[in-house]
Amino acid sequence: MVATAFSADPPKLGEVILWPRGVSGGNLGTAWHFGLGQGLFNSLVIEAVGLTLQIGVSAFAAYALARKRFRGAGIVLLAILATMMMPEEVIGIPLYLVLGRMNLLDTYPGLILPIVGWALPVYVLTGFMKRIPLELEEAARIDGAGDLRIFFHVILPLSLPALGTCAVFGFLMIWDQYLLPLLIVQSPKMSTLTLIVTQLQASQEQGEGVRLAAALVLMVPSILIYLGLQRLFERGLLSGSVKG
Amino acid sequence: MALARTSAPVALPAQRDRSGARRRLAWPTPWLFLAPALVFFALFKFWPSIEGVYLSLFHVRPYLGDQWVGTANFSRALSDPVLRSAVGHTVLDAAGQVAGSMLVGFLLALLLEAPARHVRILRTAVFLPAVTAMVAVAELWGALLFAGPYGAVNSLLGHLGVGPLPFLDSPDSALWTVMLVQIWKNAPYDMVIFVAGLVGIDRQLYEAASIDGAGAWQRLRAVTLPALRPVTTIVLILGLIRGLRVFTEIYVLTHGGPGGSTESVVTYTYSTTVTDNDAGYAAAISTLLLVATIALTGVTLWWRQRREADA
Repeated sequence: MVATAFSADPPKLGEVILWPRGVSGGNLGTAWHFGLGQGLFNSLVIEAVGLTLQIGVSAFAAYALARKRFRGAGIVLLAILATMMMPEEVIGIPLYLVLGRMNLLDTYPGLILPIVGWALPVYVLTGFMKRIPLELEEAARIDGAGDLRIFFHVILPLSLPALGTCAVFGFLMIWDQYLLPLLIVQSPKMSTLTLIVTQLQASQEQGEGVRLAAALVLMVPSILIYLGLQRLFERGLLSGSVKG
Repeated sequence: MALARTSAPVALPAQRDRSGARRRLAWPTPWLFLAPALVFFALFKFWPSIEGVYLSLFHVRPYLGDQWVGTANFSRALSDPVLRSAVGHTVLDAAGQVAGSMLVGFLLALLLEAPARHVRILRTAVFLPAVTAMVAVAELWGALLFAGPYGAVNSLLGHLGVGPLPFLDSPDSALWTVMLVQIWKNAPYDMVIFVAGLVGIDRQLYEAASIDGAGAWQRLRAVTLPALRPVTTIVLILGLIRGLRVFTEIYVLTHGGPGGSTESVVTYTYSTTVTDNDAGYAAAISTLLLVATIALTGVTLWWRQRREADA
């Protein structure tokens, strides 16, 4: 099975693509002509804005859940965890109708806003922030720092490893989106990378090389992110699943 | 930075006053921090979920106004042969994919457990499919598994004197082929979890077993497998729940075909909405899927709590 896993790993993929050697650049160019560039641009915009919002909103919520005692905290955490059971695939159709009512179909906000609320980073950050010693916060409070100051200058810097883990998972989650754009994108100029890649499949006259060149563009960023931040990734994977 | 540091002592007295005032007004603070997240969850998770339940009671007609149909969508779902086969495919696919991924992931973990540097590099390479976007994985395998004799896998098999196999082109093999692709992508996740579990096993247990004369197979059965059981069960159940909502790989690889042989519950709701323009019926199916997910999760939680109470 190792052999099988390797037989299709990037090196072998290179073989498939390199087969019509020299045309390789041409394939990418053709794919570009069919909207790959626009798709890449759109996906990067969605990724940048969506990930920033997702991490920011989650960090704020985690601060309240981890560092404050207040009535209703338990119910809020339960409600947030319950959204784990409502992924795009399960609520996609009604979400599509709701977005239509908000006039967000075929817009950047329509593609971005639904992926901001994700339980995983809230959960991971809450767990991490709970373990930051209270003394650090109290020292800052005695120096006269308010909650916002403590959040930005004490808690956030100390949470960097967990924020990194969440960023890696969030990146992959947003990069992977398929059903949501499939439902709400209507014009070619809003197409995301995943849509472009599969549309190339639908228009059969393009050769296999063009399709795989496009798929390669989709693969490379997540592989780079993974290789660059592997330690953060594996730590997150383990704290999430073994503990659960 | 330097500026902030020098000005801090000067600003101190005033800030202390303000923080005193803030403490008295402390109660809304947690809610202010929570508000953005709660707005997003409410608008894009809870509202659609509730809306889905509500719409499942209507015949949804764009521009014409929705028409109340009561439970008609649900009774239709219960007697819909296409949905019934879609549920069958989905459950079979979830079970096969999870079992396959765990088996392969476990074997990979046994092979690649060692902390040595070259093994770690190998583990990193094996893990790459797991982080690759599903659309790209499906595209890649769709090309490699091309059914003609010139498909990459088929020409390899040709050298061994096998095939060419029809893979995704035949209703008999398409679902199994989808499963192979899913296993290829998901097994590495299970591998990482199993590696962590294996590292946690006390080495002395193996030594004690060896002294008692246990062979490799017996050590595996008596020491390794029982130690991994808690991890295994959770991975299994979560995988099954996730398997119920399979969409991307099926849609990209087969569009639910050939002949509906890979239609899953979610691909069916998609085509019901987009092709048949019947969002109300799709909402009813989505509602049933949501209920199934909640029920399975509830059983899991209950079961885990009971186990912890036993322990």
